Amino acid sequence: MDIALSKEERAFAEKMRTFFTTEIPAEIRERLARGEHATREDILTSQQIMNSHGIAVPHWPTQWGGQDWTPIQRHLWAEEMLLNFVPPPLAFNAQMVGPVIAEFGSEAIKERFLPPTANLDIWWCQGFSEPNAGSDLASLKTTAVREGDEYIVNGQKTWTTLAQWANWIFCLVRTDPEAKKQRGISFLLIDMSSPGVTVRPIQLIDGSHEVNEVFFDNVRVPADQLVGEENAGWDYAKFLLGNERTGVVAVGQTKARILRIKRLAAQTMSGGRPLLEDPLFRARLTRLEVEVTAIEMSVLRVLDSEGRNGPGKPDPVSSVLKLKGSELQQEATELLVDVLGVAGLAYRETDSIAGGFTAVPEGAVDAMPTYFNWRKASIYSGSNEVQRTIIAKAILKF
Amino acid sequence: MELDLTEEQRMLGDAVKSLLDKRYEPNTRLALLESDDTVNREMWKQYAELGLLGLTFDEQYGGAGMGVGELAVVMEAFGRALVLEPFVATVVLGGALVAAAGSPEQKAAILPGVADGSTLLAFAYSEVNSRWSLTDLETAATADGDSWRIDGEKIAVLGGDSADQVIVSARTPDGDVGLFLVDGASITRNPYRLQDGLGAADLLFAGTPATALGAPAEALAHVESVLDVATAVLCAEAVGAMDRMLWITVDYLKTRVQFGQPISVFQALQFRAADMFVWLEQARSMSIVARLALANDDVAERRRAIQAAKIQVDTSSRRVGQEAIQLHGGIGMTMEYPVGHYVKRTAVIAKTFADTDTLVELVGAGGGLITE
Repeated sequence: MDIALSKEERAFAEKMRTFFTTEIPAEIRERLARGEHATREDILTSQQIMNSHGIAVPHWPTQWGGQDWTPIQRHLWAEEMLLNFVPPPLAFNAQMVGPVIAEFGSEAIKERFLPPTANLDIWWCQGFSEPNAGSDLASLKTTAVREGDEYIVNGQKTWTTLAQWANWIFCLVRTDPEAKKQRGISFLLIDMSSPGVTVRPIQLIDGSHEVNEVFFDNVRVPADQLVGEENAGWDYAKFLLGNERTGVVAVGQTKARILRIKRLAAQTMSGGRPLLEDPLFRARLTRLEVEVTAIEMSVLRVLDSEGRNGPGKPDPVSSVLKLKGSELQQEATELLVDVLGVAGLAYRETDSIAGGFTAVPEGAVDAMPTYFNWRKASIYSGSNEVQRTIIAKAILKF
Repeated sequence: MELDLTEEQRMLGDAVKSLLDKRYEPNTRLALLESDDTVNREMWKQYAELGLLGLTFDEQYGGAGMGVGELAVVMEAFGRALVLEPFVATVVLGGALVAAAGSPEQKAAILPGVADGSTLLAFAYSEVNSRWSLTDLETAATADGDSWRIDGEKIAVLGGDSADQVIVSARTPDGDVGLFLVDGASITRNPYRLQDGLGAADLLFAGTPATALGAPAEALAHVESVLDVATAVLCAEAVGAMDRMLWITVDYLKTRVQFGQPISVFQALQFRAADMFVWLEQARSMSIVARLALANDDVAERRRAIQAAKIQVDTSSRRVGQEAIQLHGGIGMTMEYPVGHYVKRTAVIAKTFADTDTLVELVGAGGGLITE
């Protein structure tokens, strides 16, 4: 989308590209470009390099390591990162808990948590969803009862992404069971090594271990780990969820996937010619490219308006970005499955194969698992049905 | 980055909107649609007075010297009102071709008349067997001393029913696709309205005298550039039409009562309305991509972006239009209600210059939009 950018903005994107392709180890980027998952070590390395250059958390207040960038510059930073297969800073730290602490936390809690959060010395996970609180998040039941200088936490969280790698969890807990459901919720920071915290893995249909259940059994949490006011947690959660209006689209990631699909389709023979020249395949690919270009411009429109008018109230275009963006991410994963064809059917942990057999083609390990895994995109961050309701509410004014 | 309209563009858009709000409400439009004349001369005079008919022409030829961004603003407003007059035929196609391909003498002879509203133009290029190609032509041009003679048939010529002068594409003995100016009085016409109510005609040329518009060998490149602009501004027109379809439908959902409540309470309908909004936003974004692309000096890239915009706009308008009728129920099927008229206009736009499959093939064969 170079045509929409000013000369200065293009130069900024170029600077970011240079940074990512020289400072982040090529070995990591190359493995991710081949479709491998980032390891815990990869994410740590990447975020700590960025943080040492002051660009791990650019959207935070400058006092806490943020950059005085425009919304477009922040977008270009994220885009170049994704296009170059750099593991992004951990979203739970950089996008979620960090901004909440910076906005609502006391000075003491900021000083204690923000520097290690930016540097990933603390690995956060998110304790929001519960077995009976999904789209209806405010019906959550995990309780925190104040006892002296502590809260006693009991309950269960679920869909907790990468809890197995985390050492802290930020939780929404019910502190006032009498209040109306949104009003009795607080935002609490909990050390995962506290007695009474148990993590149980959930295996997903792609074979991965990405999410977990987290159980709290009389967990004692120091009261100074409450963020902001007691019973104001719902407002902080709304701030957190509304904070990233455009990032969830991850256009850069979808574009990177499309580039990979084109590269692999050019190498894949089908009916005596490269699959990329098959008119039906190419038509589907082209239609996807058109829709991705459109959503990219929609992202730029939101950022452009934020740049001129400051952050606006959540508007239905944010929901369009989530809804359409996730559908396009999913379509891209389907096209890669189509490229691999029969070669993608075998369930494999790696691409190594016994001597004498033909090498496993690139994408064979990850194409179908990625397709299965990304069905999540239309479910998380407010399911697409929730997004449609938000859009309908906004235009129909009910 | 500057994606928003300039102050000047906003004022132009407001001026056009306020004229059309006053003079083009649905009942007036229905009356125009039923009249035998496809050109409402009173409206045409108003467009001329606002400077719209010479918007992008040089000032020395009576124009306003504005850019295609302004043209897109006007077209979006026209799309909202469903303007019936031959603006695309005369200004976006005919006038632009004269401005691009004509000699200084030809420009001086023709453009001031276009700008002041006294001359109507049309561009005749489609043929029975040409489908979407500009070059699969059977119409032939033969030299006749200093001038030319044209033989052949053109179909679905936008504004061909009313044009005072017609610009015809024809194959020369040298194999070029040239552009030729023909006087309207010397053409045999079969006039009609298109599905959307705009005037058009099939045209017969039999040894019809003509003059070359610029050098025939250079004509095709001019046609392609003019169609790039025309495609981009048709996208803007379609976005204007889609925007109206959405909001007319939303108003209807809020006011139509069934089972004792407004039908907007039903989630099945809410979700369809939400999807209309998503399709519209995708189209709006690509219309901006097309507008920005017009400034790109790389012709191939520019053309791919504009073609891509039309793919999105036509895909979106088909969905938005079909949902608009469905969400209205029976009333959406009637001539007296506006929403069907928008559906018809956007359906014609989707078959103007090129259809979606053709554009998808062109963009894909050109390497697509997302490249290293």
